[in-house]
Amino acid sequence: MTETDKSLLVVNNLSVAFGTKDNPFKAVDRVSFHVEQGEVLGIVGESGSGKSVSSLALMGLIDFPGRVTADELRFKTTDLQTLNEKARRKITGDEISMIFQDPMTSLNPSYTVGNQIMEAIEVHQGGSKKERQAKAIDLLRQVGIPAPESRINNYPHQLSGGMSQRVMIAMAIACDPKLLIADEPTTALDVTIQAQIIELLLKLQREKQMGLMLITHDLALVAEAADRVVVMYAGQIVETGPASDIFKAPKHPYTQALMNSLPESSEGKDRLNALPGVVPGANDRPQGCLLNPRCPYVTDRCRAEEPEQYGPRGRQVKCFYPLDEAGRPTV
Amino acid sequence: MSEQPMTQQSSETTAAKPPIMSGVGLKQHYPVKQGFMKPPGLVKALDGVNFTVEAGKTLAVVGESGCGKSTLARLLTMIELPTDGELNFEGKNLLTLDRETRKELRQRIQIIFQNPYGSLNPRKKVGSILEEPLVINGKLTKAERKERALNLLQKVGLKPEHYDRYPHMFSGGQRQRIAIARGLMMNPKVVVADEPVSALDVSVQAQVLNLMMDLQQELDLAYVFISHDLSVVEHIADKVMVMYLGKVVEYGATEDIFTHPQHPYTRALLSSTPRIDPEHRIDKIRLTGELPSPLNPPSGCAFHGRCEFANERCKVETPVLKDQSGESSVACFGIDENRLPYINR
Repeated sequence: MTETDKSLLVVNNLSVAFGTKDNPFKAVDRVSFHVEQGEVLGIVGESGSGKSVSSLALMGLIDFPGRVTADELRFKTTDLQTLNEKARRKITGDEISMIFQDPMTSLNPSYTVGNQIMEAIEVHQGGSKKERQAKAIDLLRQVGIPAPESRINNYPHQLSGGMSQRVMIAMAIACDPKLLIADEPTTALDVTIQAQIIELLLKLQREKQMGLMLITHDLALVAEAADRVVVMYAGQIVETGPASDIFKAPKHPYTQALMNSLPESSEGKDRLNALPGVVPGANDRPQGCLLNPRCPYVTDRCRAEEPEQYGPRGRQVKCFYPLDEAGRPTV
Repeated sequence: MSEQPMTQQSSETTAAKPPIMSGVGLKQHYPVKQGFMKPPGLVKALDGVNFTVEAGKTLAVVGESGCGKSTLARLLTMIELPTDGELNFEGKNLLTLDRETRKELRQRIQIIFQNPYGSLNPRKKVGSILEEPLVINGKLTKAERKERALNLLQKVGLKPEHYDRYPHMFSGGQRQRIAIARGLMMNPKVVVADEPVSALDVSVQAQVLNLMMDLQQELDLAYVFISHDLSVVEHIADKVMVMYLGKVVEYGATEDIFTHPQHPYTRALLSSTPRIDPEHRIDKIRLTGELPSPLNPPSGCAFHGRCEFANERCKVETPVLKDQSGESSVACFGIDENRLPYINR
């Protein structure tokens, strides 16, 4: 799938830099992707790979001293970069909305959940208090909360983690968004609850034909839920493609290493295939390809030059020697 | 062949290697104030748990939050004392020993916590973090302590120069290595690891798991590995104990549990764990609802409210853990009555 004028969201060369002008640290480095209506885009990477910062940049939530630059940042036909604060607020929370990782801290402890859901409706759609309340109850029912009429008067501390995340989802879909960004929506939850929440998200996504950006560090989750996948490493996209292709035959050594380091891939073996080292931080990003100190197939060229992203549209890889079908490097 | 500690038959088969640690009928009940004029409630965080741990082997404890995993960890390390039950270490019941012997023995049981960002004192250098247990419990001189700390730093894959650094100078994976080294300072026989890798990134998680397995082989450690991540458990554990609301619902060899999960809850847990390879996925069992409040647990089988196979009996009677034809032991009426559709052996 490639981007078109009809794409829901088009991101072209998005960069987010922190630090001083002379010595900037690029938390996100020339990242391009797009989301279509009714599709689930999975963004995976370890901590420090820039996945959350990218989504915050899309929502306009990066404050000074962070600097966001992009060649194109388009939602439907609207250029997000030229919008002023007020116009932007009209879109975010309404047509684009976001679910954050930790539901316990994302909800305001001093207001009832009904109050918080109604606030979102009031800001974007208005209506009488009665209408808003009816809508909030309906939303809670949609996200599978039992007895919504009484739950609406609960405070966040009266809800469990899974329930709070359902409330967050209710809030996020309150205004029928076209694009939903879910940043690690299930990381703080138990596996059984995680399965429930993901199922709920996918059900809502299908029913409402939303574009869903699912940001997570959990490869297996993305493998099960996403249509297309973007793999990020140290602020850059290293591989993109349909989920089925990527997890069947990863082309980038990093994707391969991540998959191999999962216990699932080491069945019957004593040791896991660990990738040595850690994601480089602000001050120790290497020359050339950012993966080169950790890559098992590194060459001198990788240490000197940075590879460009290339490949057919929709299946790109940022590596000089992408892996073949059997997972061997093409050095 | 699986090993069930609580049956006579199995104590014969495992006679070659007596368990280093075992629990018999462990209970931990907390009284809870419910408000003025109301009678205090009772939370049964652990309600009759039996298990054994063998040297060089790993017992994994899995379950959702609130099932009693961490309470078990606190009991094993004697941070808390159980309200009832026996806790045997090398054949002696720790709970009936005198203070001195108990203190001596509990040094051989150490714990590694989940979050290495919270478990290391930010004001202390790595060296003094590592040596603290020796200062409190040991009789070693300063030089000997330092030698041991350096030795262990090297064992967990860190460098001697890290001895003089502060925790904030390390990454998450390195910190967890320090926490592991600290756990090993007293030469433990049993290490309780409470979610040791769940705060780490995937690639780092594999490094730390490899380290833990290497150390186990080298030092013949027994691990009690508490985790909610079943794919990690499948890799590292020899035996698995699945807990639900303070009770064990299934207990057996890892292979049995992962290839033939018997209890509906175990099966639900397994099917909820996402898998990369479509062939590894099993039919999703939808669990409705959440863990009920431990303050007023459901009558009968605690799981009946979320179980699609529950019948009237499950609502009234409480199933007990029973051996099932030489495989894992399970607490479920559905198996006794042979009415679980996925079991067709």
